[in-house]
Amino acid sequence: MTLSQSTRYLLAAPLLAAPLVAILLPATYNKMEPTLFGFPFFYWYQLLWVVLTMASMSGAYFLVVQPTKSQKRGGPP
Amino acid sequence: MSSTLATEHFNGVALAVFTVLFLLVAVMGFLAARWRRPANLQHLHEWGLGGRSFGTFVAWFLLGGDLFTAYTFIAVPGLVFGVGALGFFAVPYTIMVWPVIFLFLPRLWSVSHRHGYVTTADFVRGRHGSRALSLAVAITGILATMPYIALQLVGIQVCLDVMGVGGGPETSWIVREMPLLVAFAVLAAYTYSSGLRAPALIAFVKDTLIYLVIAVSIVYLPAKLGGWENIFSAAGTSLAKTNPNTGKPFGGLILSQKQLWPYATLGFGSALALFVYPHAITAVLSTKNRNVIRRNTILLPLYTILLGLIALLGLMALAAGVKTGGNNSLSVPLLFQQFFPNWFVGLAFGAIGIGALVPAAIMSIAAANLFTRNIYREFISPNATPAAETQVSKLGSLLVKFGALVFVLVLDKSFAIQFQLLGGIWILQTFPALVFGLYTRWFHGRALLVGWLVGMVYGTTTSYFVPAPGKPGTHFGGQVAEIPLLGELGYIALTAFAVNVLVTVVLTPIFRALKVPEGRDETAADDYEAAAGDPGVAQELGELPSAVGTAHH
Repeated sequence: MTLSQSTRYLLAAPLLAAPLVAILLPATYNKMEPTLFGFPFFYWYQLLWVVLTMASMSGAYFLVVQPTKSQKRGGPP
Repeated sequence: MSSTLATEHFNGVALAVFTVLFLLVAVMGFLAARWRRPANLQHLHEWGLGGRSFGTFVAWFLLGGDLFTAYTFIAVPGLVFGVGALGFFAVPYTIMVWPVIFLFLPRLWSVSHRHGYVTTADFVRGRHGSRALSLAVAITGILATMPYIALQLVGIQVCLDVMGVGGGPETSWIVREMPLLVAFAVLAAYTYSSGLRAPALIAFVKDTLIYLVIAVSIVYLPAKLGGWENIFSAAGTSLAKTNPNTGKPFGGLILSQKQLWPYATLGFGSALALFVYPHAITAVLSTKNRNVIRRNTILLPLYTILLGLIALLGLMALAAGVKTGGNNSLSVPLLFQQFFPNWFVGLAFGAIGIGALVPAAIMSIAAANLFTRNIYREFISPNATPAAETQVSKLGSLLVKFGALVFVLVLDKSFAIQFQLLGGIWILQTFPALVFGLYTRWFHGRALLVGWLVGMVYGTTTSYFVPAPGKPGTHFGGQVAEIPLLGELGYIALTAFAVNVLVTVVLTPIFRALKVPEGRDETAADDYEAAAGDPGVAQELGELPSAVGTAHH
């Protein structure tokens, strides 16, 4: 897949912004119900966002970092 | 007063296990000088950055070490124990921090490796060509690190207290503080001799211990306390009780309407602050390749999950009816003491103690590097040899720790998190000069300096006038205050940061119009994208002396 650098950065931007925006709005998750495994929503929702953050960071990484770039430059992989 | 409850029992078994672990890492710390065979440890790049050779694996431990400190084990659960949901802001904080570092740290890595920068102030000096601004950044970094190290010392102290070696309230000051001073001396000694290699190597032991303790805690303790559902409901009941000091409930399982803004601003402010701390930058610059940092942000959120679960230990302590006598920092140590066999208590406290020592070492090294590079060599002795620089750094790391000791003895310790939040107020004021500088030279150096000053003064005075809850007349008791014009409560660091940016933005065009002299920018656009292996990117020690030589001209 060959995308231009600006396209790849543009695609990565929402991936990086999503965790910030979601977690910066505590009013959207400040509630007890529904519970999960005994955890009030407030707690499990935020922990869920940690996992989602890992996923979105992976996406951003593979978009922004071209694997061939450092090899082409002769640097370490 | 707070230690009367804690020091009823002297726990010999726990103390023995704790001491053995402590000695083990001390020996490792001294032996670390031999790790990865440095050509010459008497060089600041070796002592202070571990030869800049760390890959994804070591960097993960080292970066995680910046997060997993007494902050995680003592301060955050202590806050959750004291006020409930609000203390969980540490999770948003450690979620938001990853996108933030993904964006700006690779640029800092690149430009630093092109120009041989070791500290944030080095970069600011090179980018803005302003010695005054660089000095401001250096002083702020050293100052902000001290309460953060102080928090680590508090973490060690509460464990010692609970094991009954803190002495009663009647014993003299020196006897009570003696175990802490001993731990402190060991830390100082091996940092002095091995530099950054010591905490990097010890971090493996520390993390292994911590994972073990966490795994056991989150499986064993809920089982003992009747499951998560019971923990939440018992903690909720306990938090709803009226706090005799304030006449209001202690807190709740979710936020009150008034806590929404503090929750978001504490998280966001802390996230912006973390990676402008000198010690976090040290860890980043010690990696061997710019993408090591980005790759790490994929895996580092694992720490956040653990941090969230550890925060819940505060609720478990509530559910278990732990009595801390007003010192919330004791909640987790007392919880462990109540439920675990003595040998495991020793292991857990060892994990906390070592978990405090590692970052304290990294922090003091970073602050010392700032002192040496940006104050000593810049203003006192411009022609210092690398060996002399390293010597000054070593002594500086001792001085920073003594500064931290002063914070421990002076500030109110019932909410240890206030130490870290106070440091955050200060360090965040260096963000515009550093992070904005990575992207643009639009901001005028003098405007940045004035913005910094206004932010520092605003943040410090606002914090000074916040009393500790239920203790009118005290100072630096909390880091949340009303945001002017908005009427909501917010983390002072972020408000001060906004004021700082506003002043800088307004003054920049004014200074330009008045033709106030601007410093020379020694960096070029492609410096910020340079990768390992590119021309001019220092990677091995042997390549560095030329880069070091260019730093003072």
